[in-house]
Amino acid sequence: MTGPLRIAVVYPDLLGTYGDGGNGLILARRAQWRGYEVELVQAPSDAALPEADVYCLGGGEDGPQVRAARTLTDDGMLVRRVAEGAVVLAVCAGYQVVGRAFPGADGGAHEGVGLLDITTVKGTGPRAVGELVAEVDGNGVEGAPSLPTVTGFENHGGRTTLGPDAVPLGQVSVGVGNGDGSGTEGAWAGRVVGTYLHGPVLARNPALADVLLAWALGVEEAELPDIDDGAATGLRQERLEAAGIKLDGGRQEGRRLGRRRKQ
Amino acid sequence: MRFGLARLTTRTVNATSRRLGRGRGTVAGGRAGLKVDPRLLQHLSRGRSVALVSGTNGKTTTTRLLTVALGVGGEPVVSNETGSNMPPGHVAALVAAARGTQAVLEVDEIYLPRVLAATHATTVLLLNLSRDQLDRTNEVRMVAGRWRAALAAAPHTVVVANADDPLVAWGAGAAAQVLWVAAGSRWQLDAVGCPSCEGRIAFDGEGAWWCTADCGLTRPVPLATLDYPDTGGASDTGAASDAGASPQDASTVTSRGAWADGRTYDINLRLPGRFNHANALMAAVAAEACGIDAGEALAAMADVEHVAGRFTIREFGDVRARLMLAKNPAGWSELLEMVAGDDGPVVVSINARIADGADPSWLWDVPFERLGPRTVVATGDRFRDLSVRLQYAGVAHVAEADPVTAVMLAATTGDGTAPGATDRTVDVIGNYTAFDDLLGARP
Repeated sequence: MTGPLRIAVVYPDLLGTYGDGGNGLILARRAQWRGYEVELVQAPSDAALPEADVYCLGGGEDGPQVRAARTLTDDGMLVRRVAEGAVVLAVCAGYQVVGRAFPGADGGAHEGVGLLDITTVKGTGPRAVGELVAEVDGNGVEGAPSLPTVTGFENHGGRTTLGPDAVPLGQVSVGVGNGDGSGTEGAWAGRVVGTYLHGPVLARNPALADVLLAWALGVEEAELPDIDDGAATGLRQERLEAAGIKLDGGRQEGRRLGRRRKQ
Repeated sequence: MRFGLARLTTRTVNATSRRLGRGRGTVAGGRAGLKVDPRLLQHLSRGRSVALVSGTNGKTTTTRLLTVALGVGGEPVVSNETGSNMPPGHVAALVAAARGTQAVLEVDEIYLPRVLAATHATTVLLLNLSRDQLDRTNEVRMVAGRWRAALAAAPHTVVVANADDPLVAWGAGAAAQVLWVAAGSRWQLDAVGCPSCEGRIAFDGEGAWWCTADCGLTRPVPLATLDYPDTGGASDTGAASDAGASPQDASTVTSRGAWADGRTYDINLRLPGRFNHANALMAAVAAEACGIDAGEALAAMADVEHVAGRFTIREFGDVRARLMLAKNPAGWSELLEMVAGDDGPVVVSINARIADGADPSWLWDVPFERLGPRTVVATGDRFRDLSVRLQYAGVAHVAEADPVTAVMLAATTGDGTAPGATDRTVDVIGNYTAFDDLLGARP
């Protein structure tokens, strides 16, 4: 990589409802603390999307979500940069936007950007609101992110189904996640990761931040110098306990309850 | 008949619940009364002039300011002063007042259409709209749309609305009579998309805004404008941070309300902050619409010291703390701007109980970076979320789960000197229930 690591927060004016802009900040700080030069860009929807190494998309309301998808498709930069190896973290409405189709305010289908082989429809039940916990097991796929339990807060009405070209990020142990009956949460393909986890997700899951950084910097995760994540560790523990996950006394994070991993 | 029974029920339950020492005895009675007669609020509103105050931030304070302003006329004014801002609270307030007594009611923004239809309010004051308690899924744009429909159906109501907030301007825009006030709006992140069409709102940084898609939505011409002195990032609370100064002299800033017809009035308040001067100007315009002289209304508001405990000074042991409330990113932005010039210790307390909203991810929308080099203590039920946020904001801080201990800790580490050696006021900012906890804490 030449030049600074460029991180773009995509359309904070449209996809900035749930504090997800924090994800860009977290990636930037974690790279800076390790001595990398970083450029963090807030990319508004009324300007051409800048060239970047990492794109972060956040949650948003129905109307702005439709506008974001259309603008990203017309702009073309995101699709081009992903083909060139850029990393994408897409959360909630942003997750739906990078898929093939998602519902608008009227429930009708709108075309997504198509970076992930996922399709979202309007759910029939109540909105999924609350703590969401999932186990990431890589699904046996080569290059899969290796992560401890992921934790966050979900708030969405959509139900997402994965096609054959997308792999679930994890298996839900508490909460709804994709909500299509598969018991999965999120999806990834190549260097594009989508999830329903807010918090923001990288605040509660610094290991995921480091996976994304390692991809973007072209280094092994193990090569990244340690960061004092004491505050995040305490937060993870608190939220997992609040979600009803029993933690073993001595261990940082214990065994999970609920759905057992299928072998 | 049913009305009489409902009124009696409300009074009885309220009296009983007060006698039993359960809460402040306002909501339970109202709820019981509404069960007996669902139209109780309609009946109780008949024959009186009712003013409603709504918006995301500043409702409770502005309700108090308008109540004081209308009191200038010499007639009694009834209000839901405990901040119970849904129909049971309104019923409880009105049932306690003599027939015909004018009323000023704080109204939850979601409930405004319902309460407007029930009370046939003569005046509605609309402050601002921004994201708040997102897990309740009431998207602000939807709230503005409901206001718009409700006000269009109330042609006899005079609306006083903030012209600087595009969501409010659109929400109030369909009303028959609107008095626009340029009250300012620091938080613009929720108003970037045009509420009226698919376009975007452009801000020129000098007060003007318009929809770039030419749907016609643009900042209305204001009847009155707030002229608040630029404090250049320095504290506008003046003496409050100086050792020994009386904290009751909190606000030393004089702003000005300028009317389009050339009149101007100085605004001096004991309540600090630009946003409170904006609240006062809007209350003055509403008071004028009710036949009160705006200058006299503002003079009366000057004596309001603190409302529902906000900005109140509390002693915890020998530590003096100024308690401040901020519930959402817009409120936090205003408060952090207000305290930006202070350099004393700060305690930030965050809860995520039902009244606060269960998802504190909005912490990442708050510019905590502004706390910079001050001594900061993170506390409240969710101090761990806050602690992670502060770490990435580059704000060195101490984390302490117990709020009262946190205040003591802030005082003792504030000067880097021995415990108890502080003579400064600790700024304490909490969100809804975190603020309430400290207000009610018995150290």
